[in-house]
Amino acid sequence: MSRSIRLFTFAAPSRFYWLTGKLLPWLWATAALSAIAGLYMGFFVAPTDATQGDAYRIIFVHVPAAWMSMLLYLVMAGWAVFGWAANARLASMVARALAPTGAMFTFLALWTGALWGKPTWGTWWVWDARLTSELILLFLYLGYMALVESIDDVRRADHAGALLALIGAINVPVIYFSVKWWNTLHQGATISMTAAPKMAATMLNAMLLMTVAFWAYSFAVVFMRTRAIVLERERQAQWVIDMALKAQEASK
Amino acid sequence: MNWGSLSEFLAMGGYGLYVWGSYAVVLLLMVGEPLLAQHRFRKALSQIGQSVEEEN
Repeated sequence: MSRSIRLFTFAAPSRFYWLTGKLLPWLWATAALSAIAGLYMGFFVAPTDATQGDAYRIIFVHVPAAWMSMLLYLVMAGWAVFGWAANARLASMVARALAPTGAMFTFLALWTGALWGKPTWGTWWVWDARLTSELILLFLYLGYMALVESIDDVRRADHAGALLALIGAINVPVIYFSVKWWNTLHQGATISMTAAPKMAATMLNAMLLMTVAFWAYSFAVVFMRTRAIVLERERQAQWVIDMALKAQEASK
Repeated sequence: MNWGSLSEFLAMGGYGLYVWGSYAVVLLLMVGEPLLAQHRFRKALSQIGQSVEEEN
């Protein structure tokens, strides 16, 4: 019994709010330091690619952004469904907080991909399976955000959003395996669990450092937005009122 | 070190437009998004403070 209490300790919005407040500076520091290290390695240590020249350096933001776009969708759908099935308010708030960040990374994956495609493929855009399914991902994020904002009853909006997020989740494996299932202009997976890396160690390390930075960034910005949503929704709670008054006095 | 001079660095072997066009938008959005989130947070906090003061 005591174990289950401990497991759900941070499911209370007040505890989540307190804990994330403590974590935020560390997450921002991790994001900034790993981004600086990753960019230094990517631009000054990693050599120019033999076939693509320096255009390949887009990879250090393109691949991490594309990974985050898919990962954040699955995390969003997971929390949205959990919030619905277990009637957990905080889980639904986290799901809503994830959507704009996921949409931003999806846009960045498409944008950097277009700017990489032009010099290497000779075109900004093709309707191949990888690009098209990633574009659908962007529409799923935007659709989720529009849907939950359009329903006034917040819990009802959370439930409708969860259903949309769940159905849309089928798109994520489609994106991931699209380069295997279909003949695409897009290259295959950059990193494979079963094969040795195909890229130089310095290139790989720079990309992994940028991935760490994007992870830390995502945690930080999603926590920040969740804290705002907690305040918006729990404004009647005594702990919120006490805390807001304290913050107001501190700023005077 | 890959670059002999600053202009070489900016030129990115002729791919400057594509490389910097990518990084500029990444930077813009990844600085802008936390600022928007912080703005939303501050607004929520100050609104609660205001509504409490009005009630008292």
